[in-house]
Amino acid sequence: MWRVGTIVALHDETLTARTITLEVSDWPGHLAGQHVDVRLTAPDGYSAVRSYSIASAPNPERRVELTVERLPDGEVSPYLTQEVATGDRLELRGPIGGWFVWRTEQTEPIQLVAGGSGVVPLMAMIRSRASAGSTAPFRLLYSVREPGAVFYRDELRALSDRDHPVSLTYAYTRTAPKDWPRPPGRIDAALIASTTWPSNLVPTCYVCGPTSFVESATDLLIASGNGRDKIRTERFGPTGDRK
Amino acid sequence: MSSQSYDYLDGNAAAGELSKIFAMDVTAAEGQCAHCGATKRFAEAHLYMQGPGLVARCAVCEHVLLRLVNAGQRVFLDMRGMTCLILDTSQVQESSG
Repeated sequence: MWRVGTIVALHDETLTARTITLEVSDWPGHLAGQHVDVRLTAPDGYSAVRSYSIASAPNPERRVELTVERLPDGEVSPYLTQEVATGDRLELRGPIGGWFVWRTEQTEPIQLVAGGSGVVPLMAMIRSRASAGSTAPFRLLYSVREPGAVFYRDELRALSDRDHPVSLTYAYTRTAPKDWPRPPGRIDAALIASTTWPSNLVPTCYVCGPTSFVESATDLLIASGNGRDKIRTERFGPTGDRK
Repeated sequence: MSSQSYDYLDGNAAAGELSKIFAMDVTAAEGQCAHCGATKRFAEAHLYMQGPGLVARCAVCEHVLLRLVNAGQRVFLDMRGMTCLILDTSQVQESSG
């Protein structure tokens, strides 16, 4: 049940987050939005398991990308973001979870709402849409502390500036770029109303982020007319540790 | 413990632990709460993982749906809080185990 993946690439997304690309020879394939459990075992036998969302689209190369945010007092994330090297092996269980997923057969409008590193499984959906040549209407509302904390910035820009683009809105909570039209702050009803799909288009919404973010974003989506049954959520714990 | 304390995750997060026991993904299944009768996706349950085990509570009434505890080589699974689990076999992925 535990598979072994070999690290084939490492890429820093921000000062505190790193994307780890693994090659997993017996990978059965995954759906966008699924996660894996990663197990680290110390020489004394002590082991720790954490869940990480898959960032990559399903692909024939049996590659799995994880983007891991380093938590200052984390037990696993400092190792994954600072210590590992290409050629190292990691134990994984997965792919896991069949609910918070986007399938390429889905054609309805999709509203993605990310809080911080909650963008990771939503990026897998965006990448899956692009690699499948899907034209499903996609919008991403990405709430992030400051410009330097944005993951996948260049790729998101490219995907929002092409035929059948993904419409992209950043909501900065602490520091916004100069001349940004909206002062820094949490997402609110006005932003939901002006940047997400109108509820009469009956979008399927995927919301991922820290628990408090998911609570408030979900409440705002419902208040703007979306049905609770059209909103799928994935929360991380208060520490961001996704065990 | 209340849902207002924001210390829970979604039922999704139990998928790895449950995959050790079940051949199908339980988190995408619908489960009926034995207390209030609500039928919802297990992925939407409130999941508490701070304790020695894992506790899933109904998103509607907060009644305990499932408890799972690992103790050495033994796993204790208590599902008396769910009267019925409805699995959709058309949505099954190739086994991840």
